[in-house]
Amino acid sequence: MLSVAVEKRFADFTIAAKFEAADGVTALFGPSGSGKTSIINMVAGLVTPDRGRVSSNGTLLFDSEGVNVPPHRRGIGYVFQDGRLFPHMTVRQNLDYGRRMRRLTHDAAAQARIVDLLDIARLLERRPAHLSGGERQRIAIGRALLMGPQLLLLDEPLASLDAARKREIFPYLLKLRDETAIPMIYVSHHAAEVKRIATTIVRVENGCVTGIGGSELLDTEDADALI
Amino acid sequence: MFSLTPDEWTAVLLSLRIAVVATVVALPFGIALAWVLARKNFWGKALLDGIVHLPLVLPPVVTGYLLLIWFGRRGVIGAFLADTFGIVFSFRWTGAALACGVMGFPLLVRAIRLSIEAVDAKLENAAWTLGANRFLVFATVTLPLALPGIIAGMVLCFAKALGEFGATITFVSNIPGETQTISAAIYTYTQTPSGDAAAGRLVLVAILISLIALIGSEWLARRAGVRLHGG
Repeated sequence: MLSVAVEKRFADFTIAAKFEAADGVTALFGPSGSGKTSIINMVAGLVTPDRGRVSSNGTLLFDSEGVNVPPHRRGIGYVFQDGRLFPHMTVRQNLDYGRRMRRLTHDAAAQARIVDLLDIARLLERRPAHLSGGERQRIAIGRALLMGPQLLLLDEPLASLDAARKREIFPYLLKLRDETAIPMIYVSHHAAEVKRIATTIVRVENGCVTGIGGSELLDTEDADALI
Repeated sequence: MFSLTPDEWTAVLLSLRIAVVATVVALPFGIALAWVLARKNFWGKALLDGIVHLPLVLPPVVTGYLLLIWFGRRGVIGAFLADTFGIVFSFRWTGAALACGVMGFPLLVRAIRLSIEAVDAKLENAAWTLGANRFLVFATVTLPLALPGIIAGMVLCFAKALGEFGATITFVSNIPGETQTISAAIYTYTQTPSGDAAAGRLVLVAILISLIALIGSEWLARRAGVRLHGG
C-alpha cells in the first residue's frame, strides 16, 4: 500500500495531492500539465516535496520532518514516457542494470519469464539505437521489472508511440497487471487506456486530486474510444 | 637518413614523459572539476570557473612565476610537499610536468565539461531509480557517454603540455636532461650559431608527434562513438 500526501510549489504551479494506492493498477488520470508526472517523481524521490509524507508498505520514504530516502534505495521501478534506455549498453545489459546496481543475485528464471512476457528474446544483443519505439518501451518496462521493484511507476508509457505501436504495447501492460503481483501507478491523460487498465482511478486536475474511484470518473465517450 | 643526436633524443623522450605524466595526473582532477561545473550550482561557481581558465589567458610567464613562488623549495605548497611527501618540483622534470599540467588543465576541463553537459540528465535519473547511487550513476552512465569528449580533452591537454614553453622555463629553467623539453631545446638551438640543423630536426619531430596524437585521438573518438551509438 502506497500512501502519498505531498505539497510542492513550482514557479507557476502548485501541487497538493493526497491519495492511497493499493494492489493492482492505480491510474493518475488528468489533462496534460495537471502535475501527474511531478507527483510520481515525488514518489520516486526524483523531486523533493516542500511538505508531506510518502510511505510504501509501512516504510516511510519521505517526511518533511526529516526523512528523505534517496531514489536508489526506494526500490521503486520507473518506466519513463521516453524510455530512457542507456545507449551505450546492449538490451541485455540494460535489462540487467537494476539487478547489478542493487546487488541482487542473478535469477535466470525471473529473467526468462519477463523476457518471455514482453517477447523481447530476439532483441537481447541489440543496441537501443537499433530498436523501434515500441521495442524500446518494452525493454524499458522489462528493465524496471527486473530490478525487483516493490512498486512500478509508469509515466504515460504509450504517449510517445503512434496508434499502431500503442496497440502493440498495450496488451503487454494488461498481461503485466494480470501476471505479476507488483502494484502499479499508471499515469495517463487518455481515458480509454485508463478505463481498460486501472483498478482504481485518481483524477488529478491543477495539481490537486479531485476524485478517487472507478470508471464513473471518466467521460464515457472518451473512455470507450479505441486506444 | 633522418637521425637524432643523443641530446636531441633526450629532449624528445623527456617531452613525451612530461606531457604524458601531466595529462594522466591532471585527468582525475579534470574529470571531477568538470563534473562539478557541469552538474552543480553553488556560490562562487563563476569564480572557480574563472580560476580554472586563468592559465589560458594569463601570460605563461606569470603562471610560471606563480608556480615558482608557491611550489618552489621555499614556497608554501612546495615546502610542505617536499617535507611531508618528498615531492620536489623546482628544477626537476616533475616541476615541468606540473607547469604543463596547469597550462593544459583549462583545455582538459573545458572539453570534458562540455561532453558531460551533453549527457542527458534524464538518463542519469533513470539509472538513479534503478538502484545506482550517485557515484555508480557517474561511473556507469555519465562517464562512458562522455568518453569522446574526455579523449578530446586529453589530446588537447597533451598537445598543450608538449608545446608548453613560457611557464616551464620560468618555473624550472632549461636544464638539458632534466627540464629541457623539445620546445626549450629548439629555442636553445636557435640561439646557437650552428644549431639550425638540430632545431630543424626537432621541429619535424614535434610536427610528427602532434600529427600522431591528432590522428590517434580522432580514431579513438570514432571508436568510442561507434560503441555508443552503433552496432
